[in-house]
Amino acid sequence: MNRNVLSRRVLASIAGVTIAALALAGCGGNGDETGAGNTPASAGSDLSKLSGELKASGASFPNAYYQKALDEFAKVAPNLNITYNSTGSGTGKKEFGSGLTDFAGSDSLVKAGDGPADGSFLYVPTVAAPITVAYHLSGVADLQLSADTVAKIFQRDIKKWNDQAIKTDNPNANLPDKNIVVAHRSDGSGTTNNFTKYLTKAAPAWKLSTGDTVAWPADTQGGDKNTGVAQIIKQSDGAIGYVDLADATASGLVFAAIKNKDGKYVKPSLAGTTAALAGATVKDDLSYDPLDATGAASYPITAPTYILVKPTYTDATKGKNVKAFLKWLLTDGQQFAESVSFAKLPAALQTKALAQIDKVQVQG
Amino acid sequence: MTQITDRPPAQPLTARGRGAASDRAFSAVSLAAGALVLAILVLILVTTLREAWPALKYAGLGFVTSPSWVPLEVDGAGPVYGALSFVYGTTVVSIIALIFAVPISIGIALFLTELAPTRLRSTVVTVIDLLASIPSVVFGLWGIIVVGPALVKVYNGLHGALGDIPVLGSLFGEPVSSGRGFMTAGMIVAIMIIPIITSITREVFATVPDADKQAAYALGATQWEMIRGAVFPHSFGGMVGAVMLGLGRAMGETIAVALTIGAATQITPNLFAAGNTLASVIALNFGDPGVPPGRSALIALGVLLFAITVVINYAAAVVVRRADVRMKGASA
Repeated sequence: MNRNVLSRRVLASIAGVTIAALALAGCGGNGDETGAGNTPASAGSDLSKLSGELKASGASFPNAYYQKALDEFAKVAPNLNITYNSTGSGTGKKEFGSGLTDFAGSDSLVKAGDGPADGSFLYVPTVAAPITVAYHLSGVADLQLSADTVAKIFQRDIKKWNDQAIKTDNPNANLPDKNIVVAHRSDGSGTTNNFTKYLTKAAPAWKLSTGDTVAWPADTQGGDKNTGVAQIIKQSDGAIGYVDLADATASGLVFAAIKNKDGKYVKPSLAGTTAALAGATVKDDLSYDPLDATGAASYPITAPTYILVKPTYTDATKGKNVKAFLKWLLTDGQQFAESVSFAKLPAALQTKALAQIDKVQVQG
Repeated sequence: MTQITDRPPAQPLTARGRGAASDRAFSAVSLAAGALVLAILVLILVTTLREAWPALKYAGLGFVTSPSWVPLEVDGAGPVYGALSFVYGTTVVSIIALIFAVPISIGIALFLTELAPTRLRSTVVTVIDLLASIPSVVFGLWGIIVVGPALVKVYNGLHGALGDIPVLGSLFGEPVSSGRGFMTAGMIVAIMIIPIITSITREVFATVPDADKQAAYALGATQWEMIRGAVFPHSFGGMVGAVMLGLGRAMGETIAVALTIGAATQITPNLFAAGNTLASVIALNFGDPGVPPGRSALIALGVLLFAITVVINYAAAVVVRRADVRMKGASA
């Protein structure tokens, strides 16, 4: 009898554990509370007079820069408390759409069903960063790749380093007869989105389309976040993967030079990124596509990132604070971008972004 | 015959009538606590089903029969949600974990209850409890930084030795270079569930009546024969319960598996290949779930995992009931 009671209790607790796991999964997206406790502010032109609280969430790709910028901003506006929660663009857009946050970070544009309704947001470009194609191949220092070759490597049409397509891109390199190990992001990510968007745009051979997660071939390997991919590349000779510049540099990886639209092989760098931004066409809503941009110095795999703001803030304090922070971010805040491997906006785009912030209405 | 007449009057435990009231209060509180669990379960089921409905309606029966999961639009075709590869991954990782964890856990429990000197016993128990308190993300990081790369050499050796034998060859196929795959994830999970299975089987073994054990010895049994004849039949139900609790943890384990399994959507007999499980897909993709109804599809995976767990628990309860009748006679 004793044992039966015990085992039944045990079974019940198994169910309990599973339920708890499900509850966590189910609530993960909207666990954040709305920002509360705004103290009345006498927000003037002087940043140090600003006070209050702002909540934001979204893209993890620019998180390193935003955290750095928030640290610096706290020095000039010590009473304005801003938190940016790196949840991923999808969750960021959803939380912003349901009014949980005051602004959101996003690497991708807002599509129907993402959360924010049409007309309830404005794009403010902040910084941009290159996505590197990092590799680990002993004896090969300056790998050069064209978009089609990158596409074929990542969809496993090319499985050996001494394949003819790679040889054509690297006439002078001594390529070994080694298997290629492909590393990709295991988590849904804006980095994957921008990388596959680039391949969709620039490589006719690319067949896997674009998204936060794509259907990678089964004989590739997934790593968690940029650091996880970097780690796989470091571990295996013959590996290749896509990693943002900040993490690739921190992990000591080497990157391939990618052939841009003008036919030049360009290594990922902040200068190449700013050149790509200058070569991109900016639309009226300030969304722009710096992937595969024109210009001899442009690095082709350059990812934009935006902050989404409301066109009208009904809470006057919040509205003023959002505008003040973003203005600072686009002016004084830009100088901190390079220290964390992000590229500043070129002057023309910066002017347009500042004009966008002026469009934000503050009521009350 | 003397009678004690000067006995002091009995002191009631509580004031007259208070006992009945506190009894009623106690039963009300316990009923509420019991009902709360049920209510939470029903609410979770209702909410997750409602959230999962758009994806289930979109994918139809393909959600459980299709092995391909493509949460984006390819050449104008909409997203495809088929969870079969993840169900397969969850199953494989759980089976590997149980194959490693069950014999080790039962061995530890037997050692602790039958063989270990008393002083050593408490030390071993403390160490095993410590193992249970390590956060799963630590296990996951240890898995990808230390265990995975170290095991690749073993995998390569096994693949080299067994790769040409028909059935074993497909099980021990070409390993991935970083070691992230079913086998590594299964072994990490095995280490995580050993403390659970050990502590419960230990408790169960401790309930075996000493008289049964002494009777076995009196009949001339060796120690192993005593364990087989007296301890195991008496403890079978509890052992199955312990294994089921371990299985529940293995199936639901998320972060350690997400880090070590390599995130490939495939059904392959190769245990050294990368795969994915229901729980790890949810964890990895919830932040950026792809085009709608991507988020809903991830919640639907949670519902599926819940359903599988319920079925397995029910099956385990049936196994325990039948086995108890067979092993201990109808009196049990």
